[in-house]
Amino acid sequence: MSPLSRREFVAAGVAAGAGLVIGFYLPHGKSSTAEVFSPNAYLRITSDNKVTIVVARSEMGQGVRTALPMILAEELEADWKQIEIEQAGASTLFGDQTTGGSASIRTTWDPMRKAGAAAREMLISAAALTWNVPRSGCTAERSQIKHAASGRSLSYGELASKAATLPIPTDVPLKQSKDYKIVGQRLARLDSPAKVKGEAIFGIDFRMPGMKFAVLSRCPVIGGKVSSFDDKDSKKISGVSYVGKIGDSAVAVVADSVWSAMEGRRVLNVTWDDGPNKDLNSAAAMASLKQGASKKGASLYSAGDVTKAAGHRVSAEYTLPFMAHAPMEPGNCTAHYQGTKCELWAPTQVPQDCRDSVATAVGLDPDQVKVNVTLMGGGFGRRLEHDYAVEAALVSKAISAPVKVIWTREDDMRFSTYRPASLHQLSAVVDASGFPVALTHRIIAPSISGQKGQPTPGNVDPDLPDEAGPVYGIPNYSLEYVMTETPVPLGWMRSVYALQAAFALESFIDELAVAAGKDPLQYRLKLLAKDQDLPYFSTTWKTARMRGVLQLAAEKAGWDKPLPAGRYRGIACFGCFASYMAEVVEITMENDQPRVHRVVAVVDCGQVVNPSILEQQIQGGIVYGLGNALRAKITIDKGRVVQGNFDDYAPLRMDETPTVEVYAVPSTEVPTGIGEPSVPPIAPALCNAIYAATKKRIRALPILNA
Amino acid sequence: MADITLRVNGSEKKVSVSPETPLLWVLRDTLELTGTKFGCGAGLCGACTVHVDGSPVRSCSTPVSQVAGKTVTTIEGLGASGLQALGQALQAAWIAEEVPQCGYCQTGQIMSAAALLAKTPQPSDAQITAAMNGNLCRCGTYERIRKAIHRAAGNGGAR
Repeated sequence: MSPLSRREFVAAGVAAGAGLVIGFYLPHGKSSTAEVFSPNAYLRITSDNKVTIVVARSEMGQGVRTALPMILAEELEADWKQIEIEQAGASTLFGDQTTGGSASIRTTWDPMRKAGAAAREMLISAAALTWNVPRSGCTAERSQIKHAASGRSLSYGELASKAATLPIPTDVPLKQSKDYKIVGQRLARLDSPAKVKGEAIFGIDFRMPGMKFAVLSRCPVIGGKVSSFDDKDSKKISGVSYVGKIGDSAVAVVADSVWSAMEGRRVLNVTWDDGPNKDLNSAAAMASLKQGASKKGASLYSAGDVTKAAGHRVSAEYTLPFMAHAPMEPGNCTAHYQGTKCELWAPTQVPQDCRDSVATAVGLDPDQVKVNVTLMGGGFGRRLEHDYAVEAALVSKAISAPVKVIWTREDDMRFSTYRPASLHQLSAVVDASGFPVALTHRIIAPSISGQKGQPTPGNVDPDLPDEAGPVYGIPNYSLEYVMTETPVPLGWMRSVYALQAAFALESFIDELAVAAGKDPLQYRLKLLAKDQDLPYFSTTWKTARMRGVLQLAAEKAGWDKPLPAGRYRGIACFGCFASYMAEVVEITMENDQPRVHRVVAVVDCGQVVNPSILEQQIQGGIVYGLGNALRAKITIDKGRVVQGNFDDYAPLRMDETPTVEVYAVPSTEVPTGIGEPSVPPIAPALCNAIYAATKKRIRALPILNA
Repeated sequence: MADITLRVNGSEKKVSVSPETPLLWVLRDTLELTGTKFGCGAGLCGACTVHVDGSPVRSCSTPVSQVAGKTVTTIEGLGASGLQALGQALQAAWIAEEVPQCGYCQTGQIMSAAALLAKTPQPSDAQITAAMNGNLCRCGTYERIRKAIHRAAGNGGAR
């Protein structure tokens, strides 16, 4: 799917949540039969009382296999203990199945609720017909319909075959949040038991009879190609059965075990055509951002007129490097090509893209490609690419056998699609008391979608509408984007452009507060004091909700209380994926390096579906974001990615992990994103704390080896 | 190629592989014990942690020839090994504290935690950090891992 449609898909979900879309797409799956009640593709109830809920998003750790069924089960009035979960593969029944943009809850909230409610109403009707009583006397509770007047009850299983004969209602009543019994509860994740016993099958664990294993040697220089290869030594490795070119820029080594394939690759002799990027380095990539800075940008948001504001001007520039997702499970995919069909077992965030790209690559129609979605050992956006799937399908076709392609950690690090490096020019005109009357933020960065040849209407990367919104209601405000180009492969990495935008803006606001001699919390609250709606593409940012998360974070962190000697605080807030987030960081400085002890994180994401999963996502996002802020940096030398493994690209470990306290603003608003919004504020909150401790302002990430 | 005998999860296994093959791939590909994970191939992330004669080792960096004749315990055998009670307590604590997100690294985490508690039944926070620092988690579950280890140690999740 193109990112444009990714964008539209998110927008549609938000609009639907706001009640703007009538007749929301409620896919109808298999027809109900005498034995199975299946009023829509999300649900099946069988006469043995089995309630199966289909999850049409991919589980990469964010809890969709628990949270999405909770939404449907709530409206169905199902007994949660009886629920069984089925993972949907690539389908035509569920609309866009992309798992990304912190959108799984917000895009399925309406269809899952309506699916459950429609089934509930049909089961009530079935019971009323069975007992020949009015519907109004029947109630649904814990997978049973009860008739209070007569004390009778029937299970959903007993009613399934009758319900299956009834018409599907189109306009069903939905429950009010005050009546929720499942949504909002800390229900245990359904996938935990298998995961702690080693029984969970991730993509890399899938096996099938006759399956081979393959690793690929890829041109180390970005954009280079295979010139020739000599497989003599590879074929001497026991177990190696095939060596062959895959596409223009890789050679596959196939063997009967992963290790044999790796050994075969180690001794493979490939001559590369390095191509046009053989002299590319990081300095050139950053220089291209500087050059872009002189260009006129596209306007993302504009209020008043920044050119007419008069007063003292303050300016600063911030830069961020390329970063890699590095999920724990390296890339992999199993494919079985059989002439007129191809089946995949893919750890993927984009099953439909896998289907379509594989079909093109191996010369089949999309409906001849079946994509099964496996569990994923993390995604963070890396599995929004479908390179693994295409490779696996091509190798399977070449050897006429099922094959699993496995990437090593070095493959993952060096052939990733990277968070775009970016340059940010911030400029403000401040009044006599140091508050901005005008603020300009120019984001200069290459476009992920643009690089992939996908639409960038108005020269705006289509992700920016979800990831760079205006936070403060400053009267004269200009948010601009200058699209640059780079040969470095780009991808969507957790929180995407929001990380860059928040680092620059929230560091700059801190600089302004310091220059004004104001407390950084009070300074932000003053900027947010007036209730304002800030319309930004399809989202309307509300200063009141941003103020709310800041105030709660400050209260929980004890912002107005003194810290022990040597401890310092920083604060930042940001909004992305339609959620509001504020974070307070407490640090000490040890040998000129920050040690983060405590983070207080407050989110306003509307209705919380599962508070435990929400905490996981926020704690995880903050640990991920701290790793990004402290050390994450991908550099390029001679056209090659320098970093290779967890020694030179080192994520956070336990010893650097702070206590993270998570609070959600109580809300019955439509749920919004939670997988990514905690990531962007942590870098500026940390850098602002470092400033408080050292009076040194960090304007380039990463903090430790910029 | 060589025939190597090792004792895995209580039963004797004879495998025919090249002797330098890392134990990880023998477990995963030859013995089809896929609970032990591949994360880095360089002993940097701990996802492949198993016990050899009771000590935690990184199976990705341990040639199978080095464990010939030795006792290997993987996550699949933890609940039935000499550490049965401990293994079950850890797995229950991991569920009670809702540790796993993606879950990919958690089997390695649990094997490292089991080795810690076998030696140090009531570890301090510092001892937990020292024992667990070699195990990476990209989902950032460290705080809940710490709580789960305390819980399994009988501290009810308290610090």
